[in-house]
Amino acid sequence: MINLENVSKTFNTGKPNQVNAVEGVSLQINSGEFVVIVGANGSGKTTLLNLVAGNTLSQGGKILIENTDVTRLPEYDRTKWIARIFQNPLLGTASELSIIDNFRLAALRTRRKGLSIGKNDAFKEQVRQKVASLRMGLENKLEQPIGTLSGGQRQALTLLMSVMDECKILLLDEPTAALDPKSAVNVMAIADNLIKENNLTAVLITHNLRDAINYGTRVIQMSEGKVIRDIAGEEKAKINQNELFSWFD
Amino acid sequence: MDFYLTALLQGLCYAGIAYGIYISMKIFNIPDITTDGSYALGGVVTGALLTHNEPGYIILPAVVLAGALAGALTGFIHTKLKINALLAGILVMTALYSVNLTILGRSNVPLLTMPTLFTSIVVTTNVNQNSLFILLAFVALVTIIIGYLLKTDFGIAMRATGNSEPMIRALGVNTDRMKIIGLAIANALTALSGYLIAQQQGFADISMGIGIVIVGLGSVIIAETVINWLQITSVWLSLLLVLAGAIIFQFVLAFTLSIGVDANLLKLITAIFVLIIVGLPRLTTRSE
Repeated sequence: MINLENVSKTFNTGKPNQVNAVEGVSLQINSGEFVVIVGANGSGKTTLLNLVAGNTLSQGGKILIENTDVTRLPEYDRTKWIARIFQNPLLGTASELSIIDNFRLAALRTRRKGLSIGKNDAFKEQVRQKVASLRMGLENKLEQPIGTLSGGQRQALTLLMSVMDECKILLLDEPTAALDPKSAVNVMAIADNLIKENNLTAVLITHNLRDAINYGTRVIQMSEGKVIRDIAGEEKAKINQNELFSWFD
Repeated sequence: MDFYLTALLQGLCYAGIAYGIYISMKIFNIPDITTDGSYALGGVVTGALLTHNEPGYIILPAVVLAGALAGALTGFIHTKLKINALLAGILVMTALYSVNLTILGRSNVPLLTMPTLFTSIVVTTNVNQNSLFILLAFVALVTIIIGYLLKTDFGIAMRATGNSEPMIRALGVNTDRMKIIGLAIANALTALSGYLIAQQQGFADISMGIGIVIVGLGSVIIAETVINWLQITSVWLSLLLVLAGAIIFQFVLAFTLSIGVDANLLKLITAIFVLIIVGLPRLTTRSE
């Protein structure tokens, strides 16, 4: 599904504060895999995710999505495959717009936002049912600005929004880092469900080692811009928290 | 009474600027002051084409196109060359001064004897009332078009662009392109005000745009105060309030003149009036 061939990203090249955020990473992520990336701060996790999303462009190397070369493609042209969940719940939604408006845009992620009014009654009913499935009581607040909701609610809605339109890859950058423990557990459970139900290929960055153990089919550790551990399948299932913790020594 | 009717006519003429500023400032969050230039551009294009005896169905699209080009240029400089929006606006506005002078050929052209929008349709023989009917129809049409646009999927994407850029980019929108289109629409609307004013006042002047941005800002700020106060989310209601803002603004100016304030002080009064409506809500929230 995703092929990274020797991708790199250096910030402030040639200056004293040069950072080699990602250094020659090659990685193949198969369709339906749920990859968890762990690593210390500054190890290049987020930059790697941004390279896949197209938020930053790779210096050298190649990025393929479903065998299409997307290396030079800007972020907004990669959205036909990719949906993103940001660490900051404020970034994933437009706070002044209503819940329904946010969902309308999400429903058009892979398509043109044209000059017709698509926010009709049928669409509203569809969103109402999806939102009701969260059991947060938000289905009657669809016209409310999404900024009036809590971070946990917004993050849960953002997850739902990602599957409003055809989605193949879900990128989650510490989606629960800004949430309270209970909301965090809730949001991760919703994410895991969505990934399984829709058979998505997912990449999750997390600092929560329990999540790294509980979720995903493969775990990758990054350090100083490189992939230093890559464990999948049954081996991944066997990893316990102490062992994972020892990776960081 | 006629005094206030004139103010109402002016307010309706300025609806375009008010909508333009509403789109650039409130929807896209971009402080765009191409306004002064694109307003005068609308006026001088109207003046030049009228003196060349061009028909109305040519003049109106030409004005819209000219304004849109000016706005798109500011948008292009801002997004592609990564130049601060304020500076980009000032650059285009400054350049437009020469462009306007070239288009008009001289600094002022009288249009009183020309067949304008206001003389082409006769509903009543009273000139001012006739203008009122035409302006009401014209502004209603513009309001409906903008309101509809903001309700479409494209319009929602426009609103999201000014609100959360990372989000809308992750949803597949080229935000640079969106901003260029947005500023084009905003300045096309501004040019429409120049188009109306030139015909209503009977002349086109290259300096007619100086300081005009305050009219749009004032109108939008009046509207915004009410929008925030009543927590209005409806697109239609917001647009009507912006229109009301443009009219109230002219009424306040007419009132100041009617109580005998020196006309030379008008810009000072305007600035103080805008300061008061911007400052008042902040002062009252602080004391709470």
